[in-house]
Amino acid sequence: MPDRLAYLDHNATTPVHPEVAAAVAAALALGGNPSSVHAAGRAARRAVERARAEVAALIGAEPDDIVFVSGGSEANQLALRGCGRERFIVSAIEHDSVLGAVPEAEILPVTADGVVDRDALARLLAADRRPALVSVMLANNETGVIQPVAELAALAHAHGALLHCDAVQAAGKLPIDWRRLGADLLSLSAHKIGGPQGVGALAVAPHLELRPAQRGGGQEGGRRAGTENVPGIVGFGRAAAIAASAPAENARLAALRDEAERLLRAIAPEARIFGAAAPRLANTLSITMPGVRAETQVMALDLAGVMVSAGAACSSGKVRPSHVLRAMGASAEEAASAIRISFGWSSTPEDVAQLAAAWGALYARAGKGRGEAPAPLPDPPPLAGGVGAPQASAA
Amino acid sequence: MSARQPGANDRPVYLDYQATTPTDPRVLAAMLPYFTEKFGNPHSASHRFGHEAEAAVERARAQVAALIGAEPREIVFTSGATESNNLAIKGAARFLRAHSRDAAPRDRIVTLATEHKCVLEAAARLAEEGFALDCLPVERSGLVDLERLAAAIGPRTALVSVMAANNEIGVIQPLAAIGALCRERGALFHTDAAQAAGKIPLDVAAMGIDLLSISGHKIYGPKGIGALYVRRRPRVRLMPLIDGGGQERGFRSGTLPTPLCVGLGEACALAAAEMAAEAARLLALRRRLLDAVTRRLPETQLNGDAERRLPGNLNLAFPGIDAEALLARCPAVAASTGSACSSASIEPSYVLRALGLDAAMAAASVRIGLGRFTTEAEVDFAADALVAAIGDLKGR
Repeated sequence: MPDRLAYLDHNATTPVHPEVAAAVAAALALGGNPSSVHAAGRAARRAVERARAEVAALIGAEPDDIVFVSGGSEANQLALRGCGRERFIVSAIEHDSVLGAVPEAEILPVTADGVVDRDALARLLAADRRPALVSVMLANNETGVIQPVAELAALAHAHGALLHCDAVQAAGKLPIDWRRLGADLLSLSAHKIGGPQGVGALAVAPHLELRPAQRGGGQEGGRRAGTENVPGIVGFGRAAAIAASAPAENARLAALRDEAERLLRAIAPEARIFGAAAPRLANTLSITMPGVRAETQVMALDLAGVMVSAGAACSSGKVRPSHVLRAMGASAEEAASAIRISFGWSSTPEDVAQLAAAWGALYARAGKGRGEAPAPLPDPPPLAGGVGAPQASAA
Repeated sequence: MSARQPGANDRPVYLDYQATTPTDPRVLAAMLPYFTEKFGNPHSASHRFGHEAEAAVERARAQVAALIGAEPREIVFTSGATESNNLAIKGAARFLRAHSRDAAPRDRIVTLATEHKCVLEAAARLAEEGFALDCLPVERSGLVDLERLAAAIGPRTALVSVMAANNEIGVIQPLAAIGALCRERGALFHTDAAQAAGKIPLDVAAMGIDLLSISGHKIYGPKGIGALYVRRRPRVRLMPLIDGGGQERGFRSGTLPTPLCVGLGEACALAAAEMAAEAARLLALRRRLLDAVTRRLPETQLNGDAERRLPGNLNLAFPGIDAEALLARCPAVAASTGSACSSASIEPSYVLRALGLDAAMAAASVRIGLGRFTTEAEVDFAADALVAAIGDLKGR
């Protein structure tokens, strides 16, 4: 067991901010069903509505625009299947929860830098007059590349299409004004911004009539039934408020990431950094160690107490190369050698140093750099599965 | 026994345990480390934080399974009972219609008029998709008429959904008999056990249950988490409602909320360990409350079967009294006039109407839910407060 642990997998999930944890614990102790009319119910209702205002403020929305759901996957599903459109255009680098919700969708390609091709969208929109929904994420979870969503939204609207934006990774890391962005629907997740797992939100433009996926008690204005996850929602609100009030955090994360990038490049000048030429989230680094499989890197780093993830997430027990990196033109081999390093509120310069030391040591062991004979590398053991469960992707 | 004066300090006596339950402090203590130091994504296969979270989720899955006699891998975590019910009903029906190998299509759904709104709404959505819906009436007691049910289940019935215990009147349905009927006729049996789980013994094998919904916050666990039991032998298949990363064996995508899973697991383990003693304690408290009220207000009526009901539930009709006005006059008692989801609306309970109560009696009814933290002193206080308020209302 190494002396210290460096958690550099914030895009998979962020540790809950201590202030958020305190708010969640207090709300858990409070109790009350927000739909009950007695005092306990009213207190829970007030807590939910305060959180709704905090989450709305993070993206410049009105509280009424916000529908609380169980997380980013549900928000994406609700947006795509609840928008009333039958034609879908989604980018090739969307999260599996978008791609899986609309398997029939037409796919928008991206450039080698990982940016959605605007001209391709114009062509697709012009080719078919049926009203469409276009879904493009604000920032990619693997590369951090930021998409020109405002421009794409304007284009979509000019063709009578709606635009959904999966902002799960971007929220709290980029300032978002959702009206200026022009999205009609926007997905958020709490546990990517220092909030708890199990809660997310869909922002719905007031002009849209959302068709609910889950009906029942009529909660969330009839848009999403089920007793509200009060402590989760309170924690989400708190996390949103903290994120909104910490503009300097981005510069700090950018400095950490840039330093990591500089150190790793110095170790392996031939490494490819995905999305380096495009605008990127300040916290994300997707980098290859050519010839060394991502699982090998991830395991070697884990042994050294550094936690990152393979660029290739897997959902079937066997590893397949990242669809995101492949869409950027990476070869299967290149995509299979990429890892994702993602920083967050708990990250420090010591984490960067630990990462660079561990990655450098692996690079040397793999016989890279100085022309030594490569030391034998163990085959990666099979990934741990759940109870009879195939492994699911983590971000 | 609580040392403080019940109803004092602006903290009403909480008698609305069917709406939600306070999180048990033991559950809360089990959850808290998973918000902070053990915060990993349980699906991160590549590092120890992920493994630690995954181990906690799997321990919780086993705890949930043990409560209902299931295997851990038959448990799917969801965001709550509403989602569990939607997934079970829509997921199973849509899959069966698409894939059934029977000669006749499986395109009929059977349910009860007294089901929770989310079951009825999920069934209504299926009706919009072309399924035929049989929504059966219940007896005056709130119990299903088994002969009528048997007649309704035919070769085209895909799914029968009957709740284990009702959320307003606490009536417990004969699950084993219903399960046997379904098995005999090749229909799937789903039961919404949000209110029953942890309160009464449930055994998916003995009761022939194929799908069973559980809620965290009804059993002293957290809100925002629930579970669906999905039978593996013979295997029940579902069309998922949320696609994506393929978590929960593809039944339900989305990052699992580790602390909430841990909380649900702990809540199930506590309920299993304490069920028998707690049921006896609640029955005594309920008898005490009912006696105290009916002694002074003999015209009071109990809605729903007196015996086959959850130990912590009472639903009382006070003839000639407007229940809304009564609760408004009794701010020191937190009870309700119906289910929480609809209690903001004033329409009389459709559950009580289904028992044959007229609109006036339904509007004169109060749901009282007793639970783990209810004390004798609170029960006495609540009975006095309700009787006094009714006296005031009558005297006007």
